[in-house]
Amino acid sequence: MVEALLFFAPASLIIIGALIVIFARNPVHNAMGLVLTLVSLAIIYITLNATFVAMVQMLVYAGAVMTLFLFVIMMIGVDKKEQSTDSIKGQTFLVIGVFLILISLLAYVAVSSEFKWDLWFPPVEYDLEGTPQLIAGVLFTEWIFPFEIISILLIVATAAAIALAYDTKKKNSNA
Amino acid sequence: MSTELIIALIKSNIVLAVLLTNTILLIWLERKLVAGMQSRVGPDRAGPFGILQTVADAIKLLLKEQIMPLKADRAMYLLAPIIALVPSFLIFMIIPLGPDLNIEIGGKNYMVDFVGADLNVGVLYFLALSSIAVYSVVLAGWSSGSKYPLLGGVRASAQMISYEAAMGLSLVPVILYSGSLSLVDIVSSQSGNLSTTVPILSSIVSFIPNWNIFPQFIAFGIFFIAAVAEVNRAPFDLVEAEQELVGGFHTEYSGFRFAMFFLAEYINMFNMCAITATFFLGGWLGPTFDGFLPPILSAIMPIIWLGVKTFALLFIFVWIRATLPRLRYDQLMELGWKRLIPASLVWLILSAIVLGLREFGLPWS
Repeated sequence: MVEALLFFAPASLIIIGALIVIFARNPVHNAMGLVLTLVSLAIIYITLNATFVAMVQMLVYAGAVMTLFLFVIMMIGVDKKEQSTDSIKGQTFLVIGVFLILISLLAYVAVSSEFKWDLWFPPVEYDLEGTPQLIAGVLFTEWIFPFEIISILLIVATAAAIALAYDTKKKNSNA
Repeated sequence: MSTELIIALIKSNIVLAVLLTNTILLIWLERKLVAGMQSRVGPDRAGPFGILQTVADAIKLLLKEQIMPLKADRAMYLLAPIIALVPSFLIFMIIPLGPDLNIEIGGKNYMVDFVGADLNVGVLYFLALSSIAVYSVVLAGWSSGSKYPLLGGVRASAQMISYEAAMGLSLVPVILYSGSLSLVDIVSSQSGNLSTTVPILSSIVSFIPNWNIFPQFIAFGIFFIAAVAEVNRAPFDLVEAEQELVGGFHTEYSGFRFAMFFLAEYINMFNMCAITATFFLGGWLGPTFDGFLPPILSAIMPIIWLGVKTFALLFIFVWIRATLPRLRYDQLMELGWKRLIPASLVWLILSAIVLGLREFGLPWS
């Protein structure tokens, strides 16, 4: 009962947030809808005992990335109205067609005998928890090489971004 | 209802009550202290020493008309004060207030841990919630539909993002020393006294408690500066610099919605001091005088010790506010990005090297 509530409440919030992202006219509302989705997803992670992933989700995506999004939206001006004309010819019909295909696929899966409507969660005894110690143990032994490569990649990207920004600034001051 | 659920409900209500009454005391204390430092009298009419002044102010704010600007974005305008208040209450839940208590209810023994929730990712939880708190300032500034709050909101978001990085980095060496992300474990790792391998120093050092502030004094300095900046207090209160921005992000808020921002600021300040005490000053640890005091009194001694440490830090917060002039905006950014973040990175590497040497010995031996 509690498990079902803990699943359906954040799950419906995720869907509501996603709908706000798609349908809201105001960019700030879109961003806040995405924040709602990300925070609700973190709650789902907690119910799956992946506390570390949940906290990183809150810290990195909901906390840092979306704040920067919001910052950029505020800086470039939010009062501009979005263009509501179709950029692709027959866009609306195309969307409806793709939507129908997707719905029929989902309906096929739901109706077919492979799928079980087992929505009542049996109480599972987790013997594996997503603790920081466990993740660190795997990350810094088995996956140390990809981990270091990714960190080098990020530093290269940061350095490149700084170099690009610095160059244009110098040109502007010379001209 | 299960007993565990009832215990959890009681805990949440205690946290709510403590934080709200504590804020009343805190606001009065700050006004009195600043008044004393500036040779003024301060509030002295309502109640003894003016201690009920905050209550009067709260009632005034509750009864005031709530004005919403015509150009305000309604949903976000109403949401912002709520986002400000909720994380401030949630952060307090992870601060350990004392050792585990053994309570007997109906013939059954229950171990009640004296903390809202002992999370194994407590430090990350604290950082995540303080980054959520940024939204309240940004949204309040943007949704008011006015220029001063927007400028205040942009300033605040830049400042809080910058100092969050320094704050997180300064906590990493503490986590390395304690070997855990749980605040309960961080407190218990600070029990006992300092020890050293140098024979002459050991007799002097053995009187000093094993608090993280002694090996980690630079991390403490960085964390404390970042904490002052994170709660937007003077000298980092550019967010609400009244000469430039009227009231900053909450210019257009009035009545109880303004009171919610005010409340959140003071609760955040209290939280920051309690967290600093937990990370660096041993949290609730201290002598309990088991033999001398009655058992009830020695049972609440941990809370008193945490309170003493927290209020000592709060006094420094107020002292700084009364003493230092406000920083200029470029100075603020320079301090954050060019001083605090590199310093915390260097300190992190030094701490890691020292810990590595202690754990594995010299590489050539």
